[in-house]
Amino acid sequence: MSNPSAGVIHDIGYHRYDGPRLGRGYAVRSLYAHSVRTAFGLGRSAKAKIFPWATVGLIGIVAAVLTAIRAQIGEPVATYVEFPQLVTLLLVLFGAMVAPELVSRDLRGGVLQLYFSRPLRTSDYALAKLAALITAMFLPVAGALLLMFAGGAFTVDRIGDVWDEFLDVAQALAYAGVYAVTFGSVSLLVASLAGRRAVAAASVVATFLVTTPVVGVLHAVGGDTAQELADLASPMTLVGGVGDWLFEPGGEHGVGSYGPLYGAVTVGLVAACALLLLARYRKVR
Amino acid sequence: MCVGTLPSYRPDVTLITTSSLTKRYGGRVTALDQLTVSVEPGIIGLVGANGAGKSTFIKILLGLLAPTAGTVRVLGMDPVAQGEQVRARVGYMPENDCLPPDLSAVELVTHLARMSGLPRTAARERASEVLRHVGLYEERYRQVGGYSTGMKQRVKLAQALVHDPDLLLLDEPTNGLDPAGRDTMLDLIHRIGTEFQISVVVCSHLLGEVERICDSLIAIDGGRLLRAESIAAMTSTVDLLAVEVSEGVDALAERLTALGLEPTREGATLLVRLRDDGTYDQILTAVAELDLPLHRLDQHRHRVAELFATKKETANV
Repeated sequence: MSNPSAGVIHDIGYHRYDGPRLGRGYAVRSLYAHSVRTAFGLGRSAKAKIFPWATVGLIGIVAAVLTAIRAQIGEPVATYVEFPQLVTLLLVLFGAMVAPELVSRDLRGGVLQLYFSRPLRTSDYALAKLAALITAMFLPVAGALLLMFAGGAFTVDRIGDVWDEFLDVAQALAYAGVYAVTFGSVSLLVASLAGRRAVAAASVVATFLVTTPVVGVLHAVGGDTAQELADLASPMTLVGGVGDWLFEPGGEHGVGSYGPLYGAVTVGLVAACALLLLARYRKVR
Repeated sequence: MCVGTLPSYRPDVTLITTSSLTKRYGGRVTALDQLTVSVEPGIIGLVGANGAGKSTFIKILLGLLAPTAGTVRVLGMDPVAQGEQVRARVGYMPENDCLPPDLSAVELVTHLARMSGLPRTAARERASEVLRHVGLYEERYRQVGGYSTGMKQRVKLAQALVHDPDLLLLDEPTNGLDPAGRDTMLDLIHRIGTEFQISVVVCSHLLGEVERICDSLIAIDGGRLLRAESIAAMTSTVDLLAVEVSEGVDALAERLTALGLEPTREGATLLVRLRDDGTYDQILTAVAELDLPLHRLDQHRHRVAELFATKKETANV
C-alpha cells in the first residue's frame, strides 16, 4: 500500500499492538498531567470549568487592581510577598473544589480498580494526584505574581530596580510554593477520605476554618508568647507564620523567635499528610 | 498483514498454572483452598456460585492479592513478584460499576491506555479502535454517565482491551444485561477469543452462559476446585448410556440392578454407567431375555451442568 489515502478498502479486523509500551514513570507523568488538566476543567464540560476559572479570575483581578493602583500612586499598596497571604481564602476555596475532583470522583465511582489493575502502584497514584493539586494551586498565584511583576517593571524609574523587583517576586513565588504544598497536602488528604464530592469539599473548608477562631482567641487574650505561637493553631495561618519568618521579618504580627518552629511544624504537617495519604491508598485494591 | 492464516495465541506459554493455591482472609475465612489448575490459551470459563472464590482468584492472578500458600504463574510470570509486568500484559474488566460518569468513552479509554504505557497518539488510536470493536464508535464522544448498562459494560470491556493484552480477565461481564445484551456480550467475548486471538477468562455464576463460548471450564465451589477440563473432554468422557424400551421399564430396571449396573430412571429412559464395552452386551442380553422392544441404546450426551452437579454431590458427601 504505497498511497493509503487513495481509496483503500479499510481492513476493519483487529490489529495487535506492537508499538512501544512505556513504563510506570510515563504512566505517572500522564496521570499527573491529566490531573492538572482535570483541576482546571480542561477537556471536560463547561460546568466543570466554572469554579476553577472563577477563582483564577478573582486572583487575577486582585493582582490587576493592585498593579493599577501602584501605577496610579507610584507606590505598591501590597508587596509581592504579601500577595499570597492576601489570596489565602481563595486558595482554600480552590483546594476545596479541586481536591475532590481529583480524588473523590475516583473513590466513589470505583474507578481506582481500573488504575490498580495496571502497572501503576497505589503510591504512584497518590503522589501524582498530590503533585497535580500542588501545581494547580501554585499556578494561579504564580501567574498573578508575574502579572504584577510585568506591571511593576514599567513603573520603576531605573532599569536597575527591575532586578530588585525580580528578587522580590522570586521570593513571593517561593512563598506561593509553600502555600501550595501545605494547602495541597492537607486538602488532598481530607478529600481522599470522603467519596462524595460535596462532603469532601465541605470537609476541606472545615479543616481550614474551624481552627481559625482558636487563632483569633489566642491573639486577643494571650500574652506575647501566646500571640507569637497563635498562628500555629490553624493551617490557614501557619503558612503565614512561615512567611513572616522567612520573607517578612519584623512584620506587625510577628512570630518572634519562633520562626524555625513554624518552619518545622509546616514541614511536619506536609510530611504527615503525605504519609497518611500513602497509607490511605495502600489498602485500596 | 496475514490474511487467511490465523495467528496463534500469544505468548506460547501455559496461560495460568496454580499449585495448591490457598487464600485465607484474617486466618479464618478461606476464599481459596488448595487450588491446582493448569490452563492453556483459549476461552476459559471460571464458574462458581457467588462467593465461591472467583473474584479472589482473579485478584491473585492480577497480583493485587498475595496468596496465603501455594504458587501461581500467569503468562509464565509470578504475579506476586512481577505484579507490574503481569498487569502490563493483562486486561481486567471489574464486575461492579467503575466508570467516572463525566468523561466521554474515548477520553476515558485513552487515559487508561496511557496508564498502561501506550504513547499518547497510540493510546488515542487504540481507544477509538477498541470502541469500534465493541460497537461504540458512534457514541464514543458522549459522556459515559448517559450510557445504558449494556453500553457501560462495553466501555468496561474496551478499557480492558485497549492495551492489547495477552490475557483478558472478565468478572461477570453479563451482569445486569437483558437477554439480548447478554447474547451480544457473549458473542463479542467469543470473537475476542477466536478472531482477536486473545485468551479470555470469563467469570460467571451462570454455567449455561459461559459453556456456549468457552473452550474449557474451571468450576470452583467454596474455594475448592470442582473440575477443570476442556469442554470437549467433558462431553466426550461422558460415561452414561441411555436405554429406552417401550414397555417393561420397571422389569428392566430390576434386572439391571440385579446385574449391578445401578440404573437411574429419567422419565421413560434408564441411564446406565458405561464401564466398558461389556456393558452394552449386558444391557442387550437383559433386554433380549425380558423380550422387550428396544427403542434406543446410545451414549447419553450430558449438559455440562449435570456433570458439575453430580461432581458436586459426590464432593460434598
